[in-house]
Amino acid sequence: MGQQSTKKGEIDLPVRLGYKETKRDKTGVYFKKKVGWLFIIISVIAITIFNFYPMIQAFLLSFQSGMGGNLEFTGLSNWQRLFGDPTFIAALTNTSIYLLIQVPLMIILALFFSVLLNDPNLKFRSFFRIAIFLPCVTSLVAYSVIFKYLFGIDGIINQFLLNFGFISETINFLADPVWAKVVIILAITWRWTGYNMIFYLAALQNVDKSIYEAARIDGANSIQQFFQITVPILKPIILFTSITSTIGTLQIFDEIVNITNGGPGNATISISQYIYNLSFEYTPDFGYASTVSYVIVILVVVLSIIQFRVAGEKK
Amino acid sequence: MKNVKKIFIYTFLSLAAIVSIFPFLWMLVSITNKSVDVTQGRLLPGTHLIENMKTLFTTIDIVPALINSTIIAVITTVLTLLLASLAGYGFEIHRSKGKDIVFNILLLSMMIPFAAIMIPLYRMFGSISDSAPLIGIDSLGAVILPTATTAFFIFFFRQNTKMFPRDLVEAGRIDGLSELGVFFRIYMPTMKTTYAAAAIISFMNSWNNYLWPLVILQSPEKRTIPLLISNLGSSYSPDYGVIMSAIVIATLPTALVFFLMQKHFVAGMMGSVKG
Repeated sequence: MGQQSTKKGEIDLPVRLGYKETKRDKTGVYFKKKVGWLFIIISVIAITIFNFYPMIQAFLLSFQSGMGGNLEFTGLSNWQRLFGDPTFIAALTNTSIYLLIQVPLMIILALFFSVLLNDPNLKFRSFFRIAIFLPCVTSLVAYSVIFKYLFGIDGIINQFLLNFGFISETINFLADPVWAKVVIILAITWRWTGYNMIFYLAALQNVDKSIYEAARIDGANSIQQFFQITVPILKPIILFTSITSTIGTLQIFDEIVNITNGGPGNATISISQYIYNLSFEYTPDFGYASTVSYVIVILVVVLSIIQFRVAGEKK
Repeated sequence: MKNVKKIFIYTFLSLAAIVSIFPFLWMLVSITNKSVDVTQGRLLPGTHLIENMKTLFTTIDIVPALINSTIIAVITTVLTLLLASLAGYGFEIHRSKGKDIVFNILLLSMMIPFAAIMIPLYRMFGSISDSAPLIGIDSLGAVILPTATTAFFIFFFRQNTKMFPRDLVEAGRIDGLSELGVFFRIYMPTMKTTYAAAAIISFMNSWNNYLWPLVILQSPEKRTIPLLISNLGSSYSPDYGVIMSAIVIATLPTALVFFLMQKHFVAGMMGSVKG
């Protein structure tokens, strides 16, 4: 579809006349074929300069060491350093925990909300939709600061729990290695669930309602309908959201810096924060920082391939 | 049985709505309260609003931060819309095998984590700082350039262009418009909804961007809103009422943009989900 091609056997008039650059569409109107490249050329150049070229640079940097600008090639030493670096191990572990708990939790919640909110008989439907989508309009930094205060030692959450007798003394959420991670996971889920829900809702609008009616007549209950109709229909979107969420969570930075600043100890530090610290907080070591950053690249590629495979197999 | 299910659904959704909205309500109430009241979790409006605003606008440089953020977000959004829609149109309307390959390569850039290219980008902008200060380190230009062209928006426009009636392109050509003429005079006005949706996402992304400005901007007067809030939030003797006021002011533009264009947003999203 959509390809400008002349009918087989038809001789292209401009070619006969020597105008090799012109072509005609099916209505017979001539236009310059190469002009199509002009539309995309700026973007191609910009993405090459600001994405692909730095990618190659970072790879080369990962084999170099030195302070600030004075770098020299040191072979695989940065890569060897990774495995004996306790901060890197902590950052990798934390990021994996965020990923493994938060992404499935959020996607299941978002699916659940979208199915409930797709029901035209539901009252206050648009109120619920807007309420659940609302967190998306906040900036990562702003909501992080708010969560930091909510979960502070004299924050509202502690007072609420105390007043209603759930706890007998305040919990120092952000100073506890486990609770601090829980707060981060809650925060990201709060911010992004509504965002993912919108994709599912948009996709559900395109679903023919008669499929569900037929299923109901066949005696399928709502849970069966969910797993046998909704999930398979939404599968490409679920794949899309799980990949984008995985990439997002692997790069988590703003929340960590502004809620816990990586602490207590290195209990919440993420890979991105460690890269930032290595480059701009500690004595700058761009080479080693690039090596750590390539761990994220490798994780993104591997996890995306796995997710594509899983989605493909069930077809 | 049916009623039990209904009660469960409404309770669940109401709880979710409360959890979603509560931080906003608390934030809005807190801008009218004193710092002490905010920490004690006061949930009733107070009388400290004017005081908070005074402190915010006189002792904290929120105005320059707002100006910087606005300049960056507006220029980034305009560039994004123009470049991404040109490319999305070019890839879909002037489709060819070669362009499909280029498109797929561009899509790969969506998988590049920013942390991986941050250091080379920083060094790249550092190396041109002396010759081109407007786009060197510590310049607003350096914040804008790497964020103005992204494969995501090209993909977004290409998906939406699939719904654009091709006959209009041919009609434009018959009327003697150039290829760019067709784009600017026919495509752009027809695709208003798509542009609106892309504008919302681009503006929000740019307004809320934190890591790259944190890396590239150094002098305090160049600070953007997220940098300012992060700084206030981590200070040792925070005035919570004032910080909350700064957060509310920072959230207002994106919230407004979103609510004004909400319908376009969902419509635009639907276009890109259809595939």
